[in-house]
This record gives sequence, structure tokens and C-alpha cells, in this order.
Amino acid sequence: MSQSQDSQLPRRSFAWRVFHFLGSMEFAITMLITLAIASVIGTVLQQNQPYPDYVIKFGPYWFEVFEALGLYDVYSALWFLAILTLLVVSTTVCVIRHAPSMFKDMFNLRTHVQHKSLRSMHHHAHWHQPGELEHNTVAIRDRLATQGFRTRITEKGEDRLVSAMRGGMNRLGYILTHVAIIVICVGGLMDSNLPLKMAEWQGRLEIETRDLPLSQIPKESRLAVGPQAFRGSVSIPEGRAASVAYLPMRDGYLVQNLPFTIEVKEFRIEHYPTGQPKSFESDLVIYDPDLEQPLEQTIAVNHPLIHKGYAIYQASFGDGGSELTINAWPLFAGQAEPTELETKVFETRQMLWGDRELQLEVTGFRPFNINPDPTEDDPKNVRNFGPSIQFKLRRGTGEALEFENYMYPVERDGRDFFLSGVRGSPSEEFAYLYLPADEDGSIEGFIDFLHALHDEDKVAAVAAEMKDETLVSLQSQEDTILGNSLQRTLETLMAMFVRGGFDEVRDFIEQSLPEAERDTLAPAYLAMLREMLGRIYLNSLDLEPEEAVAESQLLFLQDAIDAVGTLPRYGSPVYLSLTDYNHIESTGLQIARSPGKNIVYLGCAFLIAGVFLLFYLPQRRFWAWLSRDGEQTRIDLAGMTNRNPREFDSYFEQIHTQLQSTQRNSAAD
Amino acid sequence: MSTQLSTLDSEKTSLVAWGWRLLMALSAIGLFGFYGDILDVYEVSIIILTAVGMAWLGQNWPGYRWHTVAVAVLSLIAVTLYGSDLGHAETSFWLNYLLASQSAFMWMSALFVMATVTYFGGLIFHSEFTEKVASFLTWAATTMGMIGLMVRWRESYLLGADIGHIPVSNLYEVFILFAVVTALLYLFYERRYQTRSLGGFVLLVISAAVAFQLWYTFDRQAHEIEPLVPALQSYWMKIHVPANFIGYGAFAMAAMIGVAYLLVERQTGKASVSRWVQKMPSLALMDDLMYKTIALGFAFFTLATILGALWAAEAWGGYWSWDPKETWALIVWLNYAAWLHMRMTKGWHGGPMAWWAIVGLFVTLFAFLGVNMFLSGLHSYGTL
Repeated sequence: MSQSQDSQLPRRSFAWRVFHFLGSMEFAITMLITLAIASVIGTVLQQNQPYPDYVIKFGPYWFEVFEALGLYDVYSALWFLAILTLLVVSTTVCVIRHAPSMFKDMFNLRTHVQHKSLRSMHHHAHWHQPGELEHNTVAIRDRLATQGFRTRITEKGEDRLVSAMRGGMNRLGYILTHVAIIVICVGGLMDSNLPLKMAEWQGRLEIETRDLPLSQIPKESRLAVGPQAFRGSVSIPEGRAASVAYLPMRDGYLVQNLPFTIEVKEFRIEHYPTGQPKSFESDLVIYDPDLEQPLEQTIAVNHPLIHKGYAIYQASFGDGGSELTINAWPLFAGQAEPTELETKVFETRQMLWGDRELQLEVTGFRPFNINPDPTEDDPKNVRNFGPSIQFKLRRGTGEALEFENYMYPVERDGRDFFLSGVRGSPSEEFAYLYLPADEDGSIEGFIDFLHALHDEDKVAAVAAEMKDETLVSLQSQEDTILGNSLQRTLETLMAMFVRGGFDEVRDFIEQSLPEAERDTLAPAYLAMLREMLGRIYLNSLDLEPEEAVAESQLLFLQDAIDAVGTLPRYGSPVYLSLTDYNHIESTGLQIARSPGKNIVYLGCAFLIAGVFLLFYLPQRRFWAWLSRDGEQTRIDLAGMTNRNPREFDSYFEQIHTQLQSTQRNSAAD
Repeated sequence: MSTQLSTLDSEKTSLVAWGWRLLMALSAIGLFGFYGDILDVYEVSIIILTAVGMAWLGQNWPGYRWHTVAVAVLSLIAVTLYGSDLGHAETSFWLNYLLASQSAFMWMSALFVMATVTYFGGLIFHSEFTEKVASFLTWAATTMGMIGLMVRWRESYLLGADIGHIPVSNLYEVFILFAVVTALLYLFYERRYQTRSLGGFVLLVISAAVAFQLWYTFDRQAHEIEPLVPALQSYWMKIHVPANFIGYGAFAMAAMIGVAYLLVERQTGKASVSRWVQKMPSLALMDDLMYKTIALGFAFFTLATILGALWAAEAWGGYWSWDPKETWALIVWLNYAAWLHMRMTKGWHGGPMAWWAIVGLFVTLFAFLGVNMFLSGLHSYGTL
């Protein structure tokens, strides 16, 4: 839109040139494209993540470079706001420069045209008509008026000029679209967190980065109730209330006080028959001194509550500190009875199990787990695996293993197992321990078996039994040296198995047996170990002399041996089994106040109206110059448009034909 | 054409146009009569706006009138055949082979591909007749696609009253919407500009969408109707998504005209011009059409983005969150805004603008698909 006149008028002031540069189309286009490219950054780099994640991703050097550039919150970085500001300035200058002429053009019928210039227009025609000049003038004016044109007759000496225009509002389209951009940006600015940043620079506010209880958060990090915009969130457990919202700021947060208290009565998830969530709802009660009685309302996704200009949204949900009763079954020697403990989700406590001191951190609870059914081929067949708990066991050194235990046994190959997943870091998949359930569907059978394996007396008895039988079969009952050596070997094998599983037994065989004998002795060792394990189990069954071992019991034995073999890699001295729970959910509310919203919406309305006016309401002008030519009237018709020149070709012809026929008809009257 | 004839012609046209408007009005009134008790304000206004829009579209567009009547009649037949049992999709011959949404989409896919080939055939062999057949095939494909959408809408309710929803809720459904909308836009301009030579080019992009669609159906079983996640249970979806796809469709069409423009431009001025080029419309016409479609797309994309902002204010807690989808919508918008400024005020046209329109399609494609595939955010409904 700029006509660069600088070369012709070199004496323009500097300010004038800056003004023109800012309003130039080149500058505007540059800003549009710059903004587009700058916007990409924030979509490629995930915004507002915890800072440690960025450090891990980029390393300490680039982390600081990117932080300095504001890349973790690009859209409120200074340089980004500067681009936006420049775009708004450019648009504003453009509007200031062009709006006056556009306004004029909206109404101006251009009665000052010259006869000559009409004839040189791209669309023009002329013809002669009989009849009086004034009469023809009025007839043409009327005909154009019936076509929706605004018209005016101007006397041009002896001649007459009919000027006509329709679609003048097209120019309004220009003004509306450009003003809309300014209005939207101003409204957006009102809703931005720029005032908070200013307050932070002035030292009036301090971002809190520590995880503190609300009562300990210093007042430099708190925002009073006021008219300002904010967007924060708060998580409230069922039956509890809150009157603040937390505003995430860079690597920390601020606390916004609310002029009312929100109590959460209940949070609900409804499901479709297929298991997908159907609705998330919270029953809220708003206590506000300005209300005569508390306001009760249920909110859901897409259905927020708006109170006093504060909008309260259903944003997320989580555990609100569910109460759990847990049995800790010992996997170490010397104890077969579980210890019961009462805890809550998000609770941390020190535990002493056997000789190990560990910190138990309960991180989560799920009342049901709808997962693909492993016994079906189609992954779409899902099944409810029942409640589960997630927890971490942290050692004194700070390292922790993460566990996930299911409350009810899960069927695999026709047998039931208690599942416990374990992993060293959140980036790993859970590796699962399968503990076989006994005939009563309990973990007890397995724990008893394990306890028996830890019981040195029982192991010694079985070893002695086996030693005797072996000596008898070798017919060397008197060989005490062989006997003692066999007894020791058997006990050692069992001890190694319980300590390190089959892996340790194999390592032992590799390291201690001469290579020549390894191939023959190794299977014998393993067979003896299995025989011992089987006997210890059978002893525990208390079978009648003639009673055969059931198939299911043999399978249990096999599964139990497998489980004991993997226990050394499990990393926990106990198996935590959930026995009872009281599910308490918390609802995640997003709370926002955006005083600029209506301004933005006004801008949006301008934008839509403007765009459609601009594209679909062409401004069309016609001029008819009527002059006396002997007895007749000579008519010079010219037309122009600012949109759709192609369609205007036929439109001009149509108007031309109509005006000509008007003349004939009226002449015939 | 003499004045007399054109008057007669226009009188007949205006009679049909009034008849059409009346039909639309009666249809709307009929709906209010049957379902007045259960319609809310929003639904009433949607019906009125739809009737007005369809009356306006059909008043000078015979093809659209036939299309609408065919969609209405065949969809109603399908709904009747279904009754209240989804199982009829397999037992009823007509549903099984023609009208059940899956069958209709298969017909649509086949017809679109056939139409593409036929358009190019007409272009290469300079056959008006072949091109007319191609137009007919495109209309047939569009009609089958639209019937499929209508029937799928009904099918979703047969799955369960709480599962039913308008079929614009996932990537599978919007791909069909994209094909249908783009084809309708093309057919509109085909009639307006009296040229069928661009058909093959525009239908190429539709055929590509259809190919993706088929892969998506057979490889991912994406055609199954899924209930709506809570975030999508909003009346905004019904207007935000279609408005967006008018934008996407128009941008896609502009880019394909850009391709045609560049191919023709390369040959102009040469001694021997390829046979098909002789049949192509003038560069000026293609340039003009490119501008028209981008302007249309821009207008509807603006509308759709604003509708999206209004929805976001209700669902996500703010009208603008710089979510990747929002941001990419802004990028698309800024790109075409720059295009239109160059064209309208700087008078740029021809080759560079054609290239820019093609680049624009890739930007749009990223906003449509890429964001869902590569970036994470709130707007993750249409994941692959």
C-alpha cells in the first residue's frame, strides 16, 4: 500500500519516514511471516514443562541458552511480544493512513469525473437515444436505483452525470478486518500474564519454586483478589474445599486468592459399555459471602460454572489420598505372617522389613484397570483387572524402585497369579513378578512354601532324608565323609537357590566344578535341587499315605519354584497386597478470569464480518454521462469494480443492456 | 442469445429457484412439526441456517439440487431399512451393497478414482462427452459420500442412544468430509467457470485422500464407530469441524489449480504445446480461480478458527492457549493472509503465487495431520 515517494521528496522528516515504514505493506508482510515462523518454536518444543526435564533434554549449557531466550514459554517471551506489538503497530498505522480515504470511498459517488476519463475506462459503452435529456437522466437514475445502487445526478454545464455505486460497505470490510486485529490483540493483552511479569521485575512478586503447603507460601508469591486476568488450577479432594488457584509460572507458581470457597462434594466418571470414559463431573458448592446461600452446581467437561466472572472448568482428576489397608507379606527369612499397615495415597513412611530399612511412598491407586485381555487374541477385548496400587521403595541412598501391584489374581494359562510390576525408572516398562495363588485364591500358600525354603531345619531334614536314600542306593551307609559332603552340598544348593535363584546355582556349577565333570554333574545337581523343593512342598501338604498329588498342586509347585527363582531380581523384601480401600478422588479444576474476553470476541465479530464484506461484497461503480447530440441524447456509460473483474464483464453488459432497454421502453411511453 | 430467449430462460430459472426455496422452507417446517418438542434453540437455529444455506446454494445450481434430493431420499431409505437393528446392514441387500455407511464410502472411493481417471481422459483426448461423464461420476461419488455420512450418523445412534453423534469426530470421518466438501467446491466452480479441464487436478488430491482413507480402514480398522470422549461432547463440534473443512478443501483446490497453472505455464510460448494443454483454461482464469478459492478458504478458515476459540473457552478454560493445533491454525491463517495481501494490494499473480498456494497446502496439511502425528497437545482427537 505504500507508494515509496522518498526519492522524490528527500526532505521528509525522520518521523514521517518511520511512520511510513511501519505502515508499509512490506513491513506488514514481513511481520506476518515472522510471527508465523516464531510461532512454530513453541509447537515443536513442549512448553511449560518442569525445568529438570529440559536440563535432561538439552544439557546444562543449552538449557541456559534456551532459558535466556525464553523458549520454555515462547508466547510470553519479550521478543515474541515485541513481534506481536510491531504487527499491531503496523496494522494501526495502516488503518490510520487508509481509513479516512476508505470512509470517503464508502460514500463518495465520485461526481467529479471527467467525460474524457469515462471513455478511457476499461468497461465503457455509448449509444444514442431519442428523447429529452432530463427525462433520460431520471430514467437511467431510476433504473440503476432499482438495481440497488446509490445514485446522484450532477449538472455538468449542459450535460448531466449520473453517478452510481453499490457495495460501498466493501471498504468497511477493510476497516473492520484491520481494526479487528488491533482489538483482538488488545483484548488478548488484557488477558495475558504481562502484568505479573512486570510485578516480578519490579520485585513486587516472587515465583515460588518449592513444594510448600498453602499456609507456608510467603505473601510475595500470593496475588490478592482483584480485577486482573489469570488462569490457574487447583486440585481438590472430595469432601474438601479450596479458595485459591495456582498459576504456573516458568519453573514455579504463584497463588491467586479467590473471593469465594469451592467445595467438592463428589467427583464422578461415567463410562460407556465399552469402557471408554463418557463424562467427568464434579459436584461443587460455592461459598461466597455475597451469596445468600451457597451455590450448588455440577460442572462437567464443556460445561463450566461461571461465577462473578470467574470461570471454573473441569480439567482433570486424580487421587485425593485414598485410604488403603495393605498386608506386607515377608519374602525374607524368619517370618511367615504378614504385617498389616494403614496408609494413604501420597503418604510416605519409614519401614523396617527384616533387616532392611526402606521408605515406602504410595504414589497412586486405581480402583479398576481396564486392559487388553491377555487370553484373547484381539487387543480390543478388554477386561477389568481390578484395583491396583502404585508405590516406590526408596533406599537410604536415595535410589528407588517403582512397583505396581494388583489386588486380585489374574488368570494366565488357566492358573491364577498375583501380579507385581517393578521398574527402576519411569522410562522403563514394568517387569512383572507372577506369584501363584493357592487353592483358596490366596497368596498364603506361596508365602508358606517360601518360608519353608528359608527354614534351615526343614531344609536340613529333607537333605538328610535324601542323603540317606542316596547312601542306601549306593550301599555305603557307613561312608560318613560322603554323607556329610552330600548333606552340605544339598543345603548349599538350597541356600544358593533361595538367595540367587537358578542363576546363582548355575554360576556355582560353572565356577566350582571341574570342567570334565560339569556336563554329568550339573543336571544331577539341578535334579537334586528340584527333588528337595518338591519334597519340602509335599511335606507341607500333609497328604494321606495313599493319596496322590493332584495335577493342580504340581502346577502350583512349578509356578512357585519359578516365582522363587525370580524373587532375587524383584528388589523388595515384601510383597504388598491390598486388602481394603476407601477410594477418595480429587478433581482438577481450572479457574480463569479473562476480562479481555468480550473485547476479543468483539474483534472476532469484526473480523468475520470484515472478511466476508471484503471478499463477497464487490464495490461497483457506474457513471452515465448524458449530453445533447442534436435531437438525441448521447449516453456514455462506464463502470468499474474492485473485485471479480471477470464477473464484472458480464455484469457490465447486463447493466448496459438494461439501461438501453429502459430507454426504449420509456421512449415508447 | 437473443434477449427474448434469455428472458424466457431466466423466468423458468427463477420459477425453479422459487420452487427450491419453498422446498427447503417446507423441509425445515416439516422438521419442526415432527420434532419440535425435542429441539432446543441451538438445533432450531442450525436447521434454519442450514435451510437458508441450502436454498441459496441450490437456487442457481441444478446439480446441487439433484444431489440434495438424492442424498435425502436414499438416506431416508437406508434409515427405514435399518429400522432399529444395526444387524440389517448385513441382511438387507440394499444396505449391504449400497447404502450402509461402509458400502456407501466404498462406492464413493471407487467413483472418485474413476472420475479422476475420466477427467484426465477427457483432457487428453479432447472429449467433451468424456468430461461430462467425469462430472457425473464426481457428482455420484459426492452423493454416495454424503449418504454414507448421513447413514453413519444414524448408525451411531443405533449403537446406543448415548453413543450417537455427528460423524465429524475423528480422522476417519473428517477425511470423508474433506473428500465430499472439496468435490462440492470443485463442482461449484466447474459450473461457475464453465470448465471441466481442471477436474482431474482437483480430484487428484481427493483421490489421495481416498487412498489414505482405504489404508486407514483396512490397516487400522479405523472405520468403527467410537463413542465421543467428553471433550468432544459439544454442539460447537458440529459447526467448527465443517467450517474448517470448507477451508481445508478450498486451500487444497487452490493448490491443485496452482499445480495446473505451473504445468500450463511451462508450456506456453513453446513451439509445440502438448495436446492436453490446448484444452486447459487460460492462465488468467486459473489465476483468478486460485484467488477465489483461497479467499473462500480464508473466510471459512477464519470463521472456523474463531468458532474453535469460542469452543476452547468453554472446554479448555481459555479462548487461546497456544496449543500446537491453535498455533498451527494461526500459522496457516497468517500464511494465507500474507498471500491475499500480496495479491490484493501488491498485485502479485501467476507463477510465484501458484508456488505459494502449493506451499500453503503443505502448511495446511501439517496443521491438519502433522500436528496430530508429531506434536502433543490438547487437540489430540484425530491421532493416527
